Amino acid sequence: MSETRAVVVEREFAHAPEKLWRALTQPHLIEAWLMKNDFAPALGHRFQLRGEWGGVLDCEVLEIEPERTLAYSWNFAHEDPAYDLQSVVTFTLIPTPAGTLLRMEQAGFRPEQKQAFGGAHAGWKQFFEQLDRVLEQA
Amino acid sequence: MAKPHAPDALFRTLADPTRRAIFERLCRGGEQSVAALTAHAGVSQPAVSKHLGVLKRAGLVRDRPEGRQIHYSAQPGALAPLLDWTRQMAGFWEARFDDLDDLLKRMDQ
Repeated sequence: MSETRAVVVEREFAHAPEKLWRALTQPHLIEAWLMKNDFAPALGHRFQLRGEWGGVLDCEVLEIEPERTLAYSWNFAHEDPAYDLQSVVTFTLIPTPAGTLLRMEQAGFRPEQKQAFGGAHAGWKQFFEQLDRVLEQA
Repeated sequence: MAKPHAPDALFRTLADPTRRAIFERLCRGGEQSVAALTAHAGVSQPAVSKHLGVLKRAGLVRDRPEGRQIHYSAQPGALAPLLDWTRQMAGFWEARFDDLDDLLKRMDQ
């Protein structure tokens, strides 16, 4: 089976964007909710996320706009194509009256499709928002 | 048993906004004729028929001829190949967000 796929998870937190941003970008805080890491908030910074199961994700900061957007690659190299994953995780912070809406989108493409990612990005986002609505009604 | 449609084909099929709108309309409104769909599609009936043909090949709709009319209905089960990975990863991120919420509360102290 081919490996094109994406997922969106959103949640509103009763905390200011500034605070969420710290939780997303400070290594000891990232470790508290995600994984051990050597993250640094710098465009192009390469780092690893190390899972409790022993798996290591290779990552690179692709987009960083303080308190608004953070995107990094989320790659898991595996000789078995069924487990091999090349994806991009994008966090978007949207201020709300009660705090912050955090939107996580993870989009994965096969290696040969990576170049297509940039152009397809906007379209997929819209697609998945609509797909969610369709599935709720299906 | 029908061969499952590859996610690639499903993505390509639903990437077109007009086609996606037709599919969504069928999901929401149940079975409809080509004429009824054309009234809302904003494109010509031949264009709507062409889109329905693509949706049918992807397994997303089923057709049922009745007299001169062909009626179409959505087959949302065809989206299953997209959902498995989506569900799995969504579960992972929901759990991480639970931990993030706990962390944010601790950060207040």
